[in-house]
Amino acid sequence: MIAFENVAYSYGGGELLSDVSLRLAPGSFHFLTGPSGAGKSTFLKLCYAELQPTAGRITLFDHDVRSLNRDDVARTRRRMGVVHQDCQFLDHLPLSANVTLPAMVAGRGAEAADMKDLLNWVGLAKLAGALPPQLSGGERQRAALARAVIMSPDVVLADEPTGNLDWEMSLRLLTLLVELNKMGKTILIATHDLNLIRAAKQQVPARVLRIAKRRVQLAGADL
Amino acid sequence: MKLTALTDMLRGDAQADRVVPPSGHTAWLTSFTAAAMTFLAVFALALSLAAGRMADRWGDALARSATIRISAPTGQIDQQTRAVLDVLATTPGISSARAMDDAEQRALLEPWFGPDLPLDALPIPRLIEVTEDSAGYDSEGLRQRLAAEAPGAVLDDHTRWRKPLAVAAGRLRLLGLTSILLIGGAMAAMITLAANASLAANAQVIRVLRLVGARDAFIARAFVRRFTLRATAGSAAGALAGLVGVALLPSADMAGGFLTGLGFQGAGWLWPFLLPPLAAMVAFIATRFAAFRKLKELT
Repeated sequence: MIAFENVAYSYGGGELLSDVSLRLAPGSFHFLTGPSGAGKSTFLKLCYAELQPTAGRITLFDHDVRSLNRDDVARTRRRMGVVHQDCQFLDHLPLSANVTLPAMVAGRGAEAADMKDLLNWVGLAKLAGALPPQLSGGERQRAALARAVIMSPDVVLADEPTGNLDWEMSLRLLTLLVELNKMGKTILIATHDLNLIRAAKQQVPARVLRIAKRRVQLAGADL
Repeated sequence: MKLTALTDMLRGDAQADRVVPPSGHTAWLTSFTAAAMTFLAVFALALSLAAGRMADRWGDALARSATIRISAPTGQIDQQTRAVLDVLATTPGISSARAMDDAEQRALLEPWFGPDLPLDALPIPRLIEVTEDSAGYDSEGLRQRLAAEAPGAVLDDHTRWRKPLAVAAGRLRLLGLTSILLIGGAMAAMITLAANASLAANAQVIRVLRLVGARDAFIARAFVRRFTLRATAGSAAGALAGLVGVALLPSADMAGGFLTGLGFQGAGWLWPFLLPPLAAMVAFIATRFAAFRKLKELT
């Protein structure tokens, strides 16, 4: 599904990631952890082709990212749901339109009932008409998750999805992601919240990857 | 450029249009530019059409007529006049020829010498007005025959007057058309600048759209449609204002002179209605080109 082969990424003259090789299998649940600035967000951006590797090879759904043109990248992203750290909403559109945005740009158009179900699932049905700036941090993160899954993607990538949330809200969001994984979706969550990882491992057989010294390694037994 | 891009743009997509937030100054700038440029284009068009008509009129009027001037001693004037008329009567390509009488010649000279001109006392040359038929005549052959039959006769076929007038009118027409092209180019440049400004101002919107899987064509369409519609509306207003302006110009009877007939005649009034579709096409091409180029820069 997503495979890295000896991938390196350099930025501003320095190497941020080096010799990264891994494979996210369908239906797997992964955490990516590491200190701030270690390259977690960069790793995710490489996964959804916002960045190109400076060395090595990344394969998305059996296609080398270097062979993808701009339209191919757009089509590939429709198979992925991404929860960005800063949510990335269009502030002039109501929540319902933001959630259905991936369907709209794909020319499909989401059924009103599907959208309602989705907003119910993340507990935001009553806020369908609200503008993003009117939402709290937790509501925005849940809305971002709803948008990420509206196209029923094969992979869900989440970048610090609980960064601005209290523990209760973090667990609620984690539950939603676990539910998605149980539906067969591949999940990759970048987080530095070790408690969240421990809580998840009680619910699903999650693997934990750690970025250290520019390399991505499988975390030890402590996680 | 795919034809589907144009049909998609015309069909529109209300939802897709909403993804780009309402913009302020770029909307106003595009509409105003299109209106002002079209207003100017209407006048350039009027100038070009009027110059064309003027060139045709001068060409037609002067090309089919000639004058023979007979300068001879008083006793030979009538004899040479008859000889010239005889020559003209047997010259192929001459439709009619007649000697101007004293009253007509006096009328011609009156603006310069006043009404009390003693025509009998002055050695005024006799003028013969010649009209050619559609086939035309051999001017060089006629000159040689006149030289033999009436030594005082000089043929003036108006070539030296007609050529500079026709050239001037032709250049005026070219100037009008060049102005329209320059106006179109300037409009394309200004709409491109406005589109680039709008795209840059919406960089974050574009980034979000790309992240959720929008193709460049989808994003570009939202901008292109918006700018094309604005340019079309602005251009329609400009064309209407231009037409009113031309209609309010003084008529030929009232003003006369060089500006006589500067405006539209008959079906010519329909030409300005082509300007808004042309402006729409210019805006469509300019914005689409700008959008695809800017999208590659931004994401």
